[in-house]
Amino acid sequence: MLRYFFSRLRLAIITILGVSLIVFVTSRMSGDATLLLLPQDASEADIKAMQHDLGLDASYPVQYYRFVVNVAHGDFGQSLRYREPALGLVMSRLPATLELAFSAFILSTIVGLILGIISARRRSSWFDYGARIFSITAQSMPSFWVGIMLILVFAVELRWLPTSGAQGIQYLVLPVVTLALVPIASTLRITRSAMIETLDADYVKFLRVKGLAERYIVWKHAFRNALVPVIAISGLTLGFLIGGTVIIESVFAWPGLGNLMVEAIFTRDYPVIQAGVSVTSVFLIFLNLAVDLLFGVIDPRVRFG
Amino acid sequence: MASVVIPTQIPARRPWAMHWRRVRRLPWLPILLLAPVVICGVLGSLIFPHDPTAIDLMSPRHPPGWMTGGSWSYPLGTDQFGRDLLSRLMEGARVALIVALSSVFLAALIGVTAGMVAGYYGGWIDNFIMRIADVVFAIPAILLIILIGGAVGGGFTTVLSSIVIVSWVLYARVVRGETLVLRERGFVALAKVANCSDMRILVRHILPNLMPTCIVLMTLQAGFALLIEAAITFIGLGIQPPATTWGLLISEGRPYMTTAWWIPTFAGAAITLTVLGTNLLGDWLQDRYDPRQRQM
Repeated sequence: MLRYFFSRLRLAIITILGVSLIVFVTSRMSGDATLLLLPQDASEADIKAMQHDLGLDASYPVQYYRFVVNVAHGDFGQSLRYREPALGLVMSRLPATLELAFSAFILSTIVGLILGIISARRRSSWFDYGARIFSITAQSMPSFWVGIMLILVFAVELRWLPTSGAQGIQYLVLPVVTLALVPIASTLRITRSAMIETLDADYVKFLRVKGLAERYIVWKHAFRNALVPVIAISGLTLGFLIGGTVIIESVFAWPGLGNLMVEAIFTRDYPVIQAGVSVTSVFLIFLNLAVDLLFGVIDPRVRFG
Repeated sequence: MASVVIPTQIPARRPWAMHWRRVRRLPWLPILLLAPVVICGVLGSLIFPHDPTAIDLMSPRHPPGWMTGGSWSYPLGTDQFGRDLLSRLMEGARVALIVALSSVFLAALIGVTAGMVAGYYGGWIDNFIMRIADVVFAIPAILLIILIGGAVGGGFTTVLSSIVIVSWVLYARVVRGETLVLRERGFVALAKVANCSDMRILVRHILPNLMPTCIVLMTLQAGFALLIEAAITFIGLGIQPPATTWGLLISEGRPYMTTAWWIPTFAGAAITLTVLGTNLLGDWLQDRYDPRQRQM
């Protein structure tokens, strides 16, 4: 188990270093920072001095090393727009984003599991076909468009729910439903095929022959096995949801990280983008590490495979 | 005599019945969904009812034909500048076609090459390629695109390269897995005995066996490319006006959604129906050519 833990940890650290390299390279692609910071009529000497101050005259490996050291100390630079540390801004907005993403995660897991189990038990029924049509349609719609359509129907026409903002639980409904649609579809598909597989397995046939009640077979035996692939993709699902909130938040004016990042794109506030991407990526890498480890604990085949 | 008549009748009817069965088995729903996009994209301005860029300030936000106040000369209504929405959607089909096809082929080219090399040679090159894939996979697609787009600015090249960068990974992973299995097969060993070069083994012996999987992946990824394009455009890093894309129509129409719901609604419906078409086609191809990976 310890060996499994360390091999996973090593992979996670390599991935984090890779992310830092991508963030560094793209930041150097974004153009010369001195030209943004200095007035247009700055002299050659001023530019040289500025480049020296910012460390831009050093070689790229040295610049990368300094970048990593700074980031390790939590220093992503100042936001060009808010004039405060980019990391602080990102951290202050992160909870709102996680609130949306985790709510959607819980909703999609529960609904996806239930629909998937019903589909698997009533194979080829109208319910099964309905679920199939739903999941393939849900995976074909642009998420922000779904958000706009839900606002049009439930907020503008029916006036049941608020259009945008974040002042209470009713503000959570539309964005969470918008976000959860695609994960519901994927959880449903995975649960259904895993359930069908286990319900056809020999040991389940034996349980039937033994005369065990169908609900025990489904819930005590098949369901537990169907849960395995759903847990396996949960890290991926959360990554998808956090990526999804970035787009959705600006539709619903949700005060989270996504809104901050989209704003930063329009104001060309690159330190904020860097900090936002780095923080979310590292968070997700550790989350996936935790899922992998949890998996190694509950399913020995993974650990020794 | 009667026994002679019957056998001559059956072969006469058979070809027709077989053709009919073959025709009926075609994936008609995906074809119906995708045909309009391909037709509009290829024929382009030849079949537009109006000039999609012609501004008519006398009739901005004209409702669709069947609504009160609408007229059938603008069947789906007009946008905020009085431009015919149907013509703009048809023009958007061309961009959608270009974006989907070019990004899918580029991503497949890079991903399949990387996956074959990683799976066939193994060792450090495998490790190197798959670690890059891990990194790309670790950052949510849309955040990686924001990172790149934020640095170099929006536009067609950004859209294309972003889609390629986030989607080659999938091909690489799947192809690597299949290559690992294929390289142990007898025909590869025989090709080695026959003194084939590695290049020849990869291209002539392994690649053809990967084709079914690749075609399924490419079909499914074409839809994904359109969804990503729309999302990139929505956050302001996409193809810039005056060009028309469906994603751009949604974002431009969004401020007017309470007074002119048809602008974002129809543009999003165009995306949804097209992506639905590629997804259904991908599922159909998967059932037909790759039954091992059947999901539902």
